[in-house]
Amino acid sequence: MNQAIRHSWIAAVAMFALIFGALSYVQVVGADELKANAWNKRAILQNYCNDRGAILVAGAPIAESVPGSETCKFQRTYTQPELYAGITGYFSKNYGVTGLERAMDGQLAGSSDQQFLDRIGQLFLGNQPKGASVELTIDPKIQKLAYDLIPDGQRGSIVVTDPKTGNILAMVSKPSYNPNLIATQDATKEQAAYNEIIKIPGVNLNQSVSGPTGALLAPGSVFKLVDTTAALDSGKYNADSQLPNPAEMSFPGIQYKLPNYAGGNCYTRNTAGFAFALQQSCNTPFARIALDLGENAIAEQAAKFGWGQELGDQLKVDYQKSSFPKNLDDAGLAQSAIGQRDVRATPLQIALMTSAIANGGVQMAPNLIKAVRSPDLRVLDEPKPAALRTSTTPEIASQITEWMTSVVSEGIGAGAAVPGVQVAGKTGTAELGTDGLNNSWFTGFAPANDPRVSVTIVMQGVDISTGAQLTSPNAKKIFEAVLNK
Amino acid sequence: MTIAETMPKPRRNVELLLLMLALSVSIGANALISVDEKTALDTDFWFQSSLLAVAALVFHVVLRFRAKYADPVILPIVVALNGLGLAMIHRLDAPGEDTGNNQLRWTLIAMAVAIAVIWFLKDHRVLRRFTYISLAVSALLLILPLVPGISAGEILGARVWIKLGPMTFQPGEVAKITLAIFFAGYLSSNRDLIMLAGRKIGPLQFPRFKDMGPMITAWLVSIGVLIFQRDLGSSVLFFGLFIVMIYVATSRISWVVIGLALILGGGFVASKVFSHVALRIDGWLNAFTEEVFGRSPGGSGQIVEGLFGMASGGLVGTGLGQGRPNLVPFANSDMIIASFGEELGLIGLFAIVLMYLLLFTRGFRAALGTRDAFGKLLACGLSFAVALQCFVVIGGVTRLIPLTGLTTPFLAAGGSSLLANWIIVGLLLMISHTARGPVDTTPLQPAGAPEAKKPGRAPAAGRPGRNATQTLPDAPTEAVKQL
Repeated sequence: MNQAIRHSWIAAVAMFALIFGALSYVQVVGADELKANAWNKRAILQNYCNDRGAILVAGAPIAESVPGSETCKFQRTYTQPELYAGITGYFSKNYGVTGLERAMDGQLAGSSDQQFLDRIGQLFLGNQPKGASVELTIDPKIQKLAYDLIPDGQRGSIVVTDPKTGNILAMVSKPSYNPNLIATQDATKEQAAYNEIIKIPGVNLNQSVSGPTGALLAPGSVFKLVDTTAALDSGKYNADSQLPNPAEMSFPGIQYKLPNYAGGNCYTRNTAGFAFALQQSCNTPFARIALDLGENAIAEQAAKFGWGQELGDQLKVDYQKSSFPKNLDDAGLAQSAIGQRDVRATPLQIALMTSAIANGGVQMAPNLIKAVRSPDLRVLDEPKPAALRTSTTPEIASQITEWMTSVVSEGIGAGAAVPGVQVAGKTGTAELGTDGLNNSWFTGFAPANDPRVSVTIVMQGVDISTGAQLTSPNAKKIFEAVLNK
Repeated sequence: MTIAETMPKPRRNVELLLLMLALSVSIGANALISVDEKTALDTDFWFQSSLLAVAALVFHVVLRFRAKYADPVILPIVVALNGLGLAMIHRLDAPGEDTGNNQLRWTLIAMAVAIAVIWFLKDHRVLRRFTYISLAVSALLLILPLVPGISAGEILGARVWIKLGPMTFQPGEVAKITLAIFFAGYLSSNRDLIMLAGRKIGPLQFPRFKDMGPMITAWLVSIGVLIFQRDLGSSVLFFGLFIVMIYVATSRISWVVIGLALILGGGFVASKVFSHVALRIDGWLNAFTEEVFGRSPGGSGQIVEGLFGMASGGLVGTGLGQGRPNLVPFANSDMIIASFGEELGLIGLFAIVLMYLLLFTRGFRAALGTRDAFGKLLACGLSFAVALQCFVVIGGVTRLIPLTGLTTPFLAAGGSSLLANWIIVGLLLMISHTARGPVDTTPLQPAGAPEAKKPGRAPAAGRPGRNATQTLPDAPTEAVKQL
């Protein structure tokens, strides 16, 4: 009997050994994974009431912690909430943290590795913890201008970058929302605001990302820049190639016909050079190129411009990867080549493609962060311009720049022309269905010979004439604002 | 069985010393919390602390009089655990809540009952006379929560509470003691019969079918608790208790095999048939899926929040009063282990779990030391029940096994659990008193004893000076014991 008692004791001790193992796993081994879980509110509650570092644009805070209530010493406030909501995100007690507030949380909260010594100091001196400030590359004037260029009630995005450095100068989208409403300490108001804001189409608070880095849109004719690059890169085409330009293309076995744009001048020629095809944005020459080169060649060139790829670690905000479909039949490939069907790109992706062409074929990593500074203004981090990937050769980039310049000087992108400056551009009109509404695009850069700024504009769900008014002419205003200051 | 030939030592002064240590831990924890809540050491604090200290010291003095050879480690461990629980429950009280004081009231009641058990029972062997009464009481206690009028209805999905005036009470907690008494009494009387008959299959000797009656009874009780009270935890506890006791009574591993087969079979069928069991298992396996996390009731939110809390505690914890254990549902009862993990860290939790380990080890030690089969079975069963309960609770909280509704002994808020566990402590102390004390050569007081009614069947009565193992009327023969 005593032997059996000892065995029972061993069984009980074995159970306890399992408990010790499980406790060690939860509290130490697996703890980091649990702490990083998106449902875990402890991290935010831990520093919710602390003095969090500011997010700065040209030295002025767009997000800052101001003295709060008795129970919660600091309150997060956004000084120009709608204008910057897409970048800052929000810092909410019950609805989590998004945007740069989340991506830069370590630095803003003061818990990053670089701030370790500061924390030790705070511990011994008894100072309140204070986070680092994050200065952005955004130019506040351009940001404001771009935001105002999208009419209220219109869905659209604008991305302005410096193609040589990858710095983002402006990144806006409408509709926007007021993050102050969700960052309030009043839980009832917070919940009410959240429930209102999630109803706004296109804001997508409950999704991870939206706007310039998150909206996946059909790129339309701006995708023809990918076809052109792939064509020149293949060696089968050169600057002087004449492309077949029928009014419409038919495909064996199906009713569907792929037409040229009826309103333009494409019908005037049965064959066209690249310059004419791009200027008038004819569809059939590019569909023919895609069928000639094959799906893989187009997909590979798209990937070289960033489709489906990582966008580097200086962007910080969340983004969606753009996509090019697979296993297409001829009609599908032809439609995809003109940016219809299932090709999808974010406004930022189109901006990166254009910037790569502007920068001699080298795509710079998109960058939002100018500097991270500790509370005593020491620089903790200062990202340097970094090449993300080589999208094409300098020769091809230069050739395409020449053609894009003619799109603005002689073609349908004339609205973007700035007197005295060579502007390179490409328009796009992606049909959304049969109701005549489109996603209207402009992407381009200036000056063409020494690019300092690239501008990408998309207006969603507009008819042809509204789209034409809201894209190229607005790009012109941004070019002028950046170049004339 | 080995009994040291040296003079038995009471070790009551050791107990007093350890008790001081336990009280300083408990009261210290409470003081930390009191300071933290800016009600620094007010009269309430001193009043509560002195009540706990006085109760512990009274218990100690009672042991000096009534069970002076009782194990000196058990009482201090339990006081420390109970005190830590009080401090944590007090700390988790939102303004206006009074769970902490309620727990203190129950602690005092439970300690008083445990003292009464020791004072009036004097010798645990008396309980053997109540073998079948215990069975009846167990059945009554388990049925009570289902009786309309007495039942407090379904609370949090389980029907285990009854109404007692303004309070609710969980009779199942006490039933684990009465069931243990029944099993111990029944098995100590019938173990020879159960052991000697049977069929050998391979290396295992299986019992005869008719000897499986008590096993089937225990299984039915467990399944009944599961089906009618929807209490998975108690069901596992009752059955585990029985398997261990029958294993200890017979030393036959075959019982464990049959028992585990029955429990796995029953559990499998239950998980298919009863949604509350299936939900528990789903909430365990798929705790981190969106659908399960958000589901209410039966979701995994409680477990996952507990895990988050424990992870934030890490190795050293946030410090008492510095964490956010209130984010976890039932932070002061079902999930109190997670609260401790968060604020005291892995180190603090290891200390607490080690105290449980020591506690049940001392219980097993008493089982080894005592000379009567009934006492051995009872001490072993009760100790194992404490260990199993800890395993089921802490395993559930750490997602080692599905979470069930059992309470953490002595720590968790809840009067019934405190009462039952303090009674267990009283019984273990008494058994350890006979185990550690000088060999008791006087027979059990025959008045009312079944043996005494039939003088011819009390062979050992009134024959002093024998070998200790044969002294007691119900002691089995040494030959059987060695099997």
